[in-house]
Amino acid sequence: MAALDQTQVKEGVDQETVDAVREVGTYKYGWDTDIEMEYAPKGVNPDIVKLISEKNEEPEWMTEWRLKAFERWTQMEEPKWAMVHYPEIDFQDQYYYARPKSMETKPKSLDEVDPKLLATYEKLGIPLKEQMILAGVEGAEDGPAEGRKVAVDAVFDSVSVGTTFQAELKKAGVIFCSISEAIKEHPELVKKYLGSVVPVSDNFYATLNSAVFSDGSFVYVPPGVRCPMELSTYFRINAENTGQFERTLIIADKGSYVSYLEGCTAPQRDTAQLHAAVVEIIVEEDAEVKYSTVQNWFPGDENGKGGIYNFVTKRADCRGDRSKVMWTQVETGSAVTWKYPSCILRGDDSQGEFYSIAITNNMQQADTGTKMIHLGKNTKSRIVSKGISAGKAQNTYRGLVSMHPKAKNSRNYTQCDSLLIGDKCGAHTVPYIEVKNNSSRVEHEATTSKVDDDQLFYCRQRGMDEEEAVALVVNGFCKDVLQALPMEFAMEAQQLVAISLEGSVG
Amino acid sequence: MALPDVKQSATEARLATLRMPEAGCTRDAREAALARLRAMGLPGRRDEYWKYTRPDTLISPEAPAAEVFHTDEPMVFDGFDRLKIVFVDGVFSPEDSDDLTLEGVSIDRLEDICCKDIHWAKQLYGVLEERGQTPVQRPLAALNTAFAQDGVAIHVTGKPSKPISLIYRHESESSDAILHHVIRVESGAEVTILENGPAASRFNKCIEIDIADGGTLHHVRAQGRDHQRRAATHMFTRLGKESVYKSFTLTVNGVLTRNEQVVELTGDDAVAHVAGACVGDGDFHHDDTVFITHDAVNCESRQVFKKVLRNGATGVFQGKILVKEGAQKTDGYQISQSLLLDDDSQFLAKPELEIYADDVACSHGSTSGAIDETAMFYLRSRGVPAKEATNMLTLAFLAEAVEEIEDEALAEDIVSRLEGWLARHS
Repeated sequence: MAALDQTQVKEGVDQETVDAVREVGTYKYGWDTDIEMEYAPKGVNPDIVKLISEKNEEPEWMTEWRLKAFERWTQMEEPKWAMVHYPEIDFQDQYYYARPKSMETKPKSLDEVDPKLLATYEKLGIPLKEQMILAGVEGAEDGPAEGRKVAVDAVFDSVSVGTTFQAELKKAGVIFCSISEAIKEHPELVKKYLGSVVPVSDNFYATLNSAVFSDGSFVYVPPGVRCPMELSTYFRINAENTGQFERTLIIADKGSYVSYLEGCTAPQRDTAQLHAAVVEIIVEEDAEVKYSTVQNWFPGDENGKGGIYNFVTKRADCRGDRSKVMWTQVETGSAVTWKYPSCILRGDDSQGEFYSIAITNNMQQADTGTKMIHLGKNTKSRIVSKGISAGKAQNTYRGLVSMHPKAKNSRNYTQCDSLLIGDKCGAHTVPYIEVKNNSSRVEHEATTSKVDDDQLFYCRQRGMDEEEAVALVVNGFCKDVLQALPMEFAMEAQQLVAISLEGSVG
Repeated sequence: MALPDVKQSATEARLATLRMPEAGCTRDAREAALARLRAMGLPGRRDEYWKYTRPDTLISPEAPAAEVFHTDEPMVFDGFDRLKIVFVDGVFSPEDSDDLTLEGVSIDRLEDICCKDIHWAKQLYGVLEERGQTPVQRPLAALNTAFAQDGVAIHVTGKPSKPISLIYRHESESSDAILHHVIRVESGAEVTILENGPAASRFNKCIEIDIADGGTLHHVRAQGRDHQRRAATHMFTRLGKESVYKSFTLTVNGVLTRNEQVVELTGDDAVAHVAGACVGDGDFHHDDTVFITHDAVNCESRQVFKKVLRNGATGVFQGKILVKEGAQKTDGYQISQSLLLDDDSQFLAKPELEIYADDVACSHGSTSGAIDETAMFYLRSRGVPAKEATNMLTLAFLAEAVEEIEDEALAEDIVSRLEGWLARHS
């Protein structure tokens, strides 16, 4: 695990986490920003699709592409196979486009952005001023990460508010901008790659996204370039009854490297909100992409009221030989999660990794996992999934490992562990394993257990209260995954692990 | 919800070729099963539960023809003292069977349970099958309950001195057999049930087993011989307090076999072990589908399945452990492994856990790969010829499943069958 050396997670971390438990309250991003918004009419139909396209000042081919997707969507059925239950979603009772009034004419630089918006991100700990480093990582200033920069694309409801460090990235040849900007500025790249990993008609939510996506991030790293800083997108849903449909497209050309972080939060509201994103990653020969997510959408209250329905399609296509992709996710938010970041290992010797912590508490439901499709020779994949279920929550790992006949000498190792806290929750494992050649090896292991009494006793004996003790044990359980996270996220993730489980003991 | 047209027409086409026996007291259960079947329809290719096995030839109106295999080799279990119950192409054969009286057990033909007024059997017929229809539908089992042509009711009240052996002979190339047995093991009783034989060109078999508190049932089955035969079998087992169920199945040859085991642990401290070994060469498709429900405290379940595949053979494993709310202290274990002897064979697995209780230890593992090169090198370097070394390693691989058989003599008999098969197929 290469990422291991780059992170600061070592001994002593657990104590910090325990301290974090003391500090933090419940969902701390539940506030909203009082800002004048502009909405498209409720519902979705070809006119809304055209309207979104128009608002983004898109060329005709893009509008056509969206309309085709919409037409396809009307013929599709909502998937019902996941182990999640929620009231029927009325797709016509949502806003599909909402943007702050002040964003009507796109600001030319961050200085022109509405201060209220900037304040929102500041409050979230996301700095949009270029000289700043990510907040919340106090130790970083004097650590080895001195002068560490992270470029941020901030998405607020349906629009991108701004992208930092664009000029500096440009010097390196890296394109990092909102997808709406990319459609205008780099149509040749967008045309070539958009929908090439997640086809328009891939699944119900991806098709809906193709029709109505409003914004998102676009990354292109040219051949041989190691992206000089980490890129990040921060998604914030603010408006009520509004769905967020963002689209992210990352292209790592031959021999390049990029690390991408994604974060998301939403205010506390009584009604559930829809979030259906699509992320496509193209990894060419010898290139490497790291994609890390800390998903912290509003999970609903303890009675299951409100929260985000998170239906996301994420897929990476390792097209070139020796290409590599690594998904790391910490899923603590959302009322309902339906998400399977996948790797298509097409190139020979390509590698896919998936590290996941999914935490559900109260009435949350998560059905998440990955797909590793081995097509090329000598391909390798590794899956480490840790599911933690507390309260009345349901947590499912669902995954597929497929070794095609031509994927000779390939390897897969899967480990999925579940931890149950309390006797009213559920933890489930649904792996699919398909092996079609004999030179490949597939190993799958899964366990389900409860927090060990002996470990708890040990902690309690040393003066910790029960909640602290559980947080400590759980953090140990998640360590494999936490260590795979970039430093910016590792700290936040550890705190999240503690917050999400608060109130689950006793 | 109405069935899709394709499913409905396939179901009706199959039903048109079946006739429900007149028999009196099981009539209500049969009618109810038919209604269940009509509501769910026969399995189709798009059904999730049939993702890896095509049900087409198991549901077609006529059974595809299957050549009868002739050999001088003695049948498995031949050397054992046992009570033989013989069925020829799915019909009970009194001439070939032993006298059905044995101390500690009473055995009757299914059609006699009405005139003899055998209450327990009447009350069991179709009941466990119906319970097994949720949460996953098993239409072929409902079809079996509705249309079973024959079968036996075995009531175990003591500890019979020898195993009860169900032998299924195959004599007609177009036989389409449907058998349904019911078994009740009373409190403290213990029995061994053996099953073997190719049965029919197409075989649909269902056994409902009800084990009372403290009862024990051992089951050893060998499905082998004829290459072109097809089978869909179901075993529904309900376990009471401190009862034990141990089942092992060996499958060799057969173009299509689907074995479903549905086990429900309803009494505290019950134990259920389900194991299987299969070896397949060429046109061989084998599917083990297991569903174990823990609905009581401190129960143990164990699934051990091993598959050796070559020349394009396919092995499927769908296993599930469901731990219901309140089933604390559950110990659930599941392992499914395949050994692919060449590049054309495939292993498709879906090992599932669904857990609603927190104080449990459940684990599952699944692996697939070729023969370990290091082990191979070790044997070769000590002068063992390649073929022999392969067979030794293959047998060692299957051993973990065979070891689930408690009776050593029976286990040895199974191993000798495997050795014979490997010698013929390498």
